[in-house]
This record gives sequence, C-alpha cells and structure tokens, in this order.
Amino acid sequence: MSPQLDRIGLIFVVLLAAAAVFVPVLSLATSPDSAFNIPSYLVQLFGKYLCYAILAVALDLVWGYCGILSLGHGAFFALGGYAMGMYLMRQIGARGVYANPILPDFMVFLNWKALPVAWWGFNWFPYAMLMVLLVPGLLALAFGWFAFRSRVTGVYLSIITQAMTFALYKEFFRNDFGFGGNNGLTDFKDLLGFSLQSSATKAALFSASAIALIIAYWVSRLIIGSKYGKALMAVRDAESRMRFLGYRVENYKLFAFVVSAVMAGVAGALYVPQVGIINPSEFAPANSIEAAIWVAVGGRATLVGAAIGAIAVNFAKTYFTGAFPNYWLYGLGGLFVLVTLFLPRGLLGLLLRPPRERAAPQVEETPAVVVEKGVDP
Amino acid sequence: MQTNADASLAMRPAALGHAGMGGDLSPFFHRALRAALVVLALAASLVLSLAARADTLDDTLALFAENKYPQTDKAVAQLAVEAPPQAAAILDALDNNRLFFNPDTHAVIYKTADGKLIEAKSGQPFAGSEDDLSKVRINNAIRVAIDTALGSLTLASPDPEKRLSAASDVFKTHSPKALHAIETQLAREKDPRVAAMLNLARAAITVTTDNPSTSDKIAAIDILKARGDQDALNLIDQLSQKTTDPQVKAEAASALSSIRTQLAIWNVVQNLWYGLSASSVLLLAAIGLAITFGVMGVINMAHGEMVMLGAYTTYVVQLMLPPWLQNWSLAFAIPLAFVVAAAVGIAIERLIIRYLYTRPLETLLATWGVSLILQQAVRSIFGPNNRQVTNPPFMSGSVDFAGLAITTNRLWIIVLAILVFIGLQLVLRATPFGLRMRAVTQNRRMAAAMGISTAQIDMLAFGLGSGVAGIAGVALSQIDNVSPNLGQGYIIDSFMVVVFGGVGNLWGTALGALMIGVANKILEPLIGAVQGQIVLLVIIILFIQKRPRGMFALKGRAVEA
Repeated sequence: MSPQLDRIGLIFVVLLAAAAVFVPVLSLATSPDSAFNIPSYLVQLFGKYLCYAILAVALDLVWGYCGILSLGHGAFFALGGYAMGMYLMRQIGARGVYANPILPDFMVFLNWKALPVAWWGFNWFPYAMLMVLLVPGLLALAFGWFAFRSRVTGVYLSIITQAMTFALYKEFFRNDFGFGGNNGLTDFKDLLGFSLQSSATKAALFSASAIALIIAYWVSRLIIGSKYGKALMAVRDAESRMRFLGYRVENYKLFAFVVSAVMAGVAGALYVPQVGIINPSEFAPANSIEAAIWVAVGGRATLVGAAIGAIAVNFAKTYFTGAFPNYWLYGLGGLFVLVTLFLPRGLLGLLLRPPRERAAPQVEETPAVVVEKGVDP
Repeated sequence: MQTNADASLAMRPAALGHAGMGGDLSPFFHRALRAALVVLALAASLVLSLAARADTLDDTLALFAENKYPQTDKAVAQLAVEAPPQAAAILDALDNNRLFFNPDTHAVIYKTADGKLIEAKSGQPFAGSEDDLSKVRINNAIRVAIDTALGSLTLASPDPEKRLSAASDVFKTHSPKALHAIETQLAREKDPRVAAMLNLARAAITVTTDNPSTSDKIAAIDILKARGDQDALNLIDQLSQKTTDPQVKAEAASALSSIRTQLAIWNVVQNLWYGLSASSVLLLAAIGLAITFGVMGVINMAHGEMVMLGAYTTYVVQLMLPPWLQNWSLAFAIPLAFVVAAAVGIAIERLIIRYLYTRPLETLLATWGVSLILQQAVRSIFGPNNRQVTNPPFMSGSVDFAGLAITTNRLWIIVLAILVFIGLQLVLRATPFGLRMRAVTQNRRMAAAMGISTAQIDMLAFGLGSGVAGIAGVALSQIDNVSPNLGQGYIIDSFMVVVFGGVGNLWGTALGALMIGVANKILEPLIGAVQGQIVLLVIIILFIQKRPRGMFALKGRAVEA
C-alpha cells in the first residue's frame, strides 16, 4: 500500500470516527426544526451504506489483494444477517401475532410444535453474535478448502461462488428449511432491550456500523501490511511461481477468504436491524455481483476505495431509483461497462498518482500473469 | 320383433288399466283388448322390419305413458338397450322434468331445452299445447337409471371415439349396472380399440362385484394386468383385500407385483423423457456459451439476454406476420433470432469484450452490466409483462405414447437441440472457420503465428455463440414466459453445464446437459424440485474440485491449469 493511499485511508478513518460521534449527536440532541438536525431515516440510510461498505472492504480483501473474484459474498453477508435476524426473532417473544413465547410467528403459522435445533440458543445475544462470525466463517472455510486445494481459479472460481449463493438462495426460499421461507424474518421489535423504532437505537446502530467499518479497514490494512499480506499479493500476481517457491498457496488464499467472509457476516448482522428484514433475496446472485461493482468503482486493492465505492454507488442508487426508476438499470449497467473499460483502477485511481513501482493492477497485464489467470496467452 | 310384441302384449293391460279403466276389468274389455292386440300384432308384422324399431319404441314409450315408477324405470332401461336415435333427447328430457304424455292418446312428447315440444316417437314437432299433457314423474332411483342409460347409450353410439370414451368411463366407475350394456356392445363391437376398452371395463366390473366365478375373476385379473396402470393396480388391490378365494388371492398378488414392476419401469422411462426434455433446453441455452467460453476464456454474463432477445424476436415475428403465414412463424423466427442475437453479440464483442481479453474477471462484470442494460431496454420497449407467443399447430397438443403423454412442443425442442448440435459440429469440423476457431481454442498464440486473425475469429465465434443463444430463445418462447427476465432463469444452469462439461468440446456440453437434465428430473420426485436443484449444484461444485476443467478438459501446453 502506497503512503498516499494510507493517507487517504487515515483521512477516511478520521471522518468515519467523527461521523460515529457527531451523527448521533446531531440526530438526537438537536431539535427536529434545526438546520443541523439529521432525520433518523437518513441516519438509518447511511447506516445501511456503511454496512455495504464493510462488505465492499471484505470483497476487496479477496479480490483486490488475492485475485479471487467472489460472486458469492452476498451469501456470507446474508448468513450473518440471518443469524442476527434469528436473535431478533427470538426477542419478539410473546409479542408476535400468535403470541407464542418460544416459536416465531411463521413457525406457529406452519403448525410447528417445537423450536428446530438450528434455532436453539439464539435468544442469547453472545451466542447469536458467535454465530454471526462462525457460520459465514465455517462456510468459507469449507468452500475455500475444497476450491483452493483443487486449484480452482479465475472465472471458474467466480462461477462456483455464484452457484454457492444461488444454491443457498433456493434453499432459504423453502418453508421447510426453517428460516421463514419466502418472507424471511421480519417484524423485529428490539435489540438487547432497545426498541428498533427509536431514533436513539438507530443512531447507535449507525455508530456501531461506522466503528465496524473502521475495524474492518484496520484489520484488512494490518493483513495487507504484514509479511503474510505481501505473500498474498504475490499469490495474486504469480500463483504458480509462489507455489514453486514453496509457499502453501491455498492456505494463504483460504485465510484471506475466511477473514473476508467473517467481515461480510458482521456487515450483514449490522444491516438487518437497520433495514428491519432479512429474506432470501439477499442471497440473489445479482446482489453479490453488485458488490463487485462497488469495489471496481472505488478502486480495487485500495480498501478505502472499495468503501467509498459502496457508499457512492448506493447513494446514487437511492437517488436514481427514486427520481428516474426506469433509468437506474441503464445507469448501473453502464457503470459496470464504463468502469471496467475506462477506470480499471477505480475512482481512487484517478486521484492517485501512478505509483513509482509498477503496482498491482498493471502487473496483472503482463503476459506471465495472464497465464496464471487461466487464459491462453 | 316377435319377442318385443309379446312383451308389449303382457304390458298392455296394465297400461290401459292405469289410463282410467278401473281395477276390475270386465271380461268384455279383456276380449276387446285381445282383439285390439291381435290387430296390432298383425299391423306390426305387416310393416315388418322397416317399422320394427319404431314399433318397439312405441312399446317403450307406452311405458312412460303409464307414469308409474317401476314402468318408467323399465322404459329407461329399454331405451338404453334399443338405443333409438332420439333416446338421448328423451332421457335428457325425463331427467329434467320435460317429458310429457297425453293422458288420452298415450302419446309421449318431450320438450327440448329451448322449449320446443317434440313427439317422442316420430321426432316431429308436436302441434298441441303443453296444457293438455301430463308430466312423467321421476324419483332419484330413476335419475340414477337415466345416468347409467345415458352411459350405455354412448356405448352404442355410432362414433367409435364416443364409444371408447364411454367404455373408459365405465372402466373408471366400474358400475355393475353397465355390465349388460357392455356385454351387449362387446358382442357386436368391430373396432379393436373399443373392444379392448370394453373388455377392460367388463373386467373392472367383474373384479369389483362379488358374484362372478373364480375363473371369471382370474380372467378379469389377467385383462387388468395387461393394462398395468395405476387404475388397474387399485382395482386388483381392492379385490385381493376383499376376496376369500385363495386361488383369486394368489393370482391377484402375482398380478399386483407384476403391475408394480411395470409401473416402476414406466416411471423411470417417464423421468428419463422429462430429463431428456430438460436437457435439450439446457443444451440449447448452454452450447453457445460453451463456444464463447471455449474460444475466448471469458464468460458472457449477458448470454441469458441473448436467449431473451431470441424469444422476443419470435414474439415480434409473430406480431408482424400476416395471419396466413402465422403457422410458419418459426421458420422466420429461427433465422431472424439467430441474426438479431448474433448482431448484438458481435456488437458487444467489438465494443467491450475485445478490450478486456487480458482481464477475464472484469469481462464478467462488464457483460453483467450489458445484461442489465439489455433487460431494461427490452422492458422499456415491450413492457415488464409477459408476452404471449402462441405455439404453431404442429407444436401444440400431445402425443400419447404407450401411456406416456408426450407434449409435441417438447418433442420439437429436442429435435431442434439435436439439429443445432449437429449443425454446430458441422461448422466446427467441416468449415475453414471452424478449423480456425478450434485452433484458436487450443492455442491462441500458435494460431496467430500460423496467420489466423484471432480478432476476427473471436468476433465471429462470439456472434455464433450468441446467435445459437437466440435460437434457444425461440425454443424457450414456446414453453416459457417471454419476459425481460427470461434469460436470468437459465444463465446459472447454463454455466453449470459448461463448467461441468468442460470447454472446447461440444460433446462435453451435450453430455453435461444430458446428465444435469436427467439427474434433475430423477431427483425431483425423490426430494422435490428445489432440493434436487440444490443437491445438483452442490454435486457440481464438488465435481469441479475433482476436475476443475470439467469432464472433457482440453489438454496441452497452452492450457495452463
């Protein structure tokens, strides 16, 4: 990471920290008429963007620094979200439509008698949070272990990650699977005893998201800066060469993949209480691909760029889907095409001076690397 | 004829008695009656066979005129057996309280549903007024009899199709009352199909009633065993549970097991057929992708949209063609869909993909963007709703093949998939373009060194792959909704086929499509459609671990794994 990029990263972290403090203050302590007041719907909206930003940072860690374009990161995000959703579901207790103290409404509706094993313990917050980390992490571990060990790379890997999220998408749609089927989990009341409707909770969730984003950035930065990170980038640029040099390439990839999946899970867990619903559409392959464009727009292998890209694209999405609903898909589609064609290093690439030593994106285009990608030279 | 006259002789006094002559008939009256009957019999024999039918009809109708339940019941049964042309109309009128008789002349008159009075005997319009007539009363028992009679009337219908369906109705209801009609019809049936069905119906009645002898029952079981479907299975199952006769029981048990095996085999055949049908769709959707992926190593995420464009082309062609050409719309749609999709594909290749050859992952993203734009464009032009594409006559309906209903549109899609496959193989194996394309697939740099313009081959290959996707769209428009999202439903499955089958070899794609399609349909009844798909996805993901380049991987130095 260039010093220039690090400086931008630092500015970004400071801004985030400031937002984590001042947004709640401005939202709660000022009167609604005041010019400085931030309405709680905006707090919630930006909290959502921050969660997307965490997902983008997670994706950048594997795509930008490890060359794994995962088109299934939405699955890890959604799994974290479901774990949080299950906790929130159990918190509803007897306040549901059917007033069953143990079973969530949809189970009563499906005429289930007992809580499925998968739901046990989710009324206990620490356990739910453990699951937020464990479920995406273990899935990534299992998936990555198979994929990297058998040297599935490039487009093939992208396709099977997409197949993974597609399979989960279908599975979660089934009522029998026990996670609310088509409707997903919703109607949440409170988190740790705080009502999700109150502006204070919304502001707190915003701050939590901002802090989580800072941590995600910091952890990723730490990994990239370490000796391990250097090896990771070397794997990205010349996988076979690293293997011949005696590195266990698959372990490097696997570690990054699992860390990234856990981050995505955390993002999902923070996302769900802010939007108030989690359903199978979060697993839709289109969502994961959209996350890739956030990273591409901001700039791959920059971390900060990925976060900025996620916020910018989603802000644009909110604006355009409201103002010109019929043209948003043209815009998004055009973004995919134009960014890949004309901005291979993203928005941040425009800002940054071309690095003195040939940096990652250019290196990729040398013939030796192209061979690595599995394309005929 | 003579028998009928006798029967009517026996009947007459009662009829007259009811007509108002009182209970104790005087000897004089008896004599007069006999004289009258003799006259009648003479008259009947005079008109001979020509009048035979009308005459027996007369007797039957006279029964109605008595307006007593037992007689009416009998008349209904006789009508069913004699089956005069107007029998159905009479029975229908009786069923709906529209059958009348004249208390004075005993003439029977029925009213049609639209209120016309018709003389039952002649079928001529009745001149008199309804006020002079009394209604023939019926009760529920008679209603049941009417139903049975109507059934057996169709059994005797001159149209063999109607007889067939009536017989199969009896087979399904196996009402013992129809036995007589079945046997009568069986004796004179000429059409072998109808006769077989009648036999089945008789067997169904035989096994469900208690009376028939052991040998009859065993014969019936044999007939049902030959039929070998679920209905037959149920009938024999009922019998084996009811019967106490050990011989029948043993025969039934062996028939049951034989039918079960037969059904299980048919089930497998049926699943194979459904699987074949699903495979053909998969193959059509995936084979174009296999070409582009094989030649260029990039995955075209907008491939599904090429399929969608093909489907919309079919729709537009159907919209534009004059009515007299509608039946030939596919003949126009297939080449046009190929051209439209190929043109769009070439445009994508020229404008976007060729700049991204060294960055395959980004091609994925860029073509995904293209797919979003194409979807939205089609949505803007045609609206978000499904468009209706009608099947041409030769592609609608189904063919019954040994109990397996084969829908013709599915059959034609299989034919189309095979033709497309053969066509592509010919292009690849027998044309200079195909030769160059294979060369580029195997070793791009060497091909370029030999003077092949790889850029041109890329463009044409992309056009070819997209064009084939367009043809797939024509096929899909016949079985699926034509909507902007059409392509999205097939894209992941197509990827799986290509990844599973391996690139650079169309046989791999074909085998991949076949295996995935058939496996899908075999898993479907076992664990449900969605579960089946998930299991398959997981299996493919695991399979890629073992063979990362698919079943038929290209080998050679150029293919760096």
